[in-house]
Amino acid sequence: MTVTSGSKVEVRLPSRLGFEKVAMSTAASMAKLMGFSEDRIEDLKTAIAEACINAMEHGNQMNASIPVSVVLSMNPNELEVKVMDNGSGMETPPPAPDIDRKMTGEEETRGMGMFLIQALVDEAEWVSATGTEEQSFVRLVIRMKQGE
Amino acid sequence: MQTANKVSQQQLTGATGQQITCLRFSGDISSASKDAIVGTYQSLDKASHKHILLDFKGVEYLNSSGIALVIQVLMEASKSGQTIAICGLTPHFTKVFTMVGITKYATLYPDEAAAVAAL
Repeated sequence: MTVTSGSKVEVRLPSRLGFEKVAMSTAASMAKLMGFSEDRIEDLKTAIAEACINAMEHGNQMNASIPVSVVLSMNPNELEVKVMDNGSGMETPPPAPDIDRKMTGEEETRGMGMFLIQALVDEAEWVSATGTEEQSFVRLVIRMKQGE
Repeated sequence: MQTANKVSQQQLTGATGQQITCLRFSGDISSASKDAIVGTYQSLDKASHKHILLDFKGVEYLNSSGIALVIQVLMEASKSGQTIAICGLTPHFTKVFTMVGITKYATLYPDEAAAVAAL
């Protein structure tokens, strides 16, 4: 198969936990076609899973009839993924998790998804529905590195 | 879409003779896994299960909600004076567990044999 820059795939998921795996496997297939290494693909899969779960839970309030749209775009030397929902969006990502505060109960044990997204991809951007965008989305990018 | 997760329990003997309770997980570890992770841990008598090994070798899918349940177990174990060790994570999830700081409260081992030899 010849992979050309500009190829785009869109997946629409019901807001039902577990369907994030469909986006994970689609992204993994595309990243593999582009030649990303296995460890980068694992990073991307986790980041996309977390982005989809956030979109289902916080954006679409777990309403299974409202889809989460995932658009994967092959650009020159990078794979861009947009995960869109019907929520109002996130202004600023929460601070990095503090395991000591979690262990003492000062911080919720959950709430690590956005931190993982930021830590595992080369670029992560949260865009709110206000303004020119019809839907809120998170945009993730992984870039090819030397040797890949 | 979510694969049911299972947990099995086995008593192991550490290198220096202490009893280790191994909880082996399989399937998905996510927000739906509270009974399997936290419930199974809470069903153990705290006085007689001082060393607990969480084995993720059979886990096919793990997300941050599942990791939060592991942290909940670490919290309760810390209060009860129990030690928790973790084995069987893929290299990717070894990295993720390290990123979120779990290694401050639980030692990660590549597999059960390494954990048993060290505990």
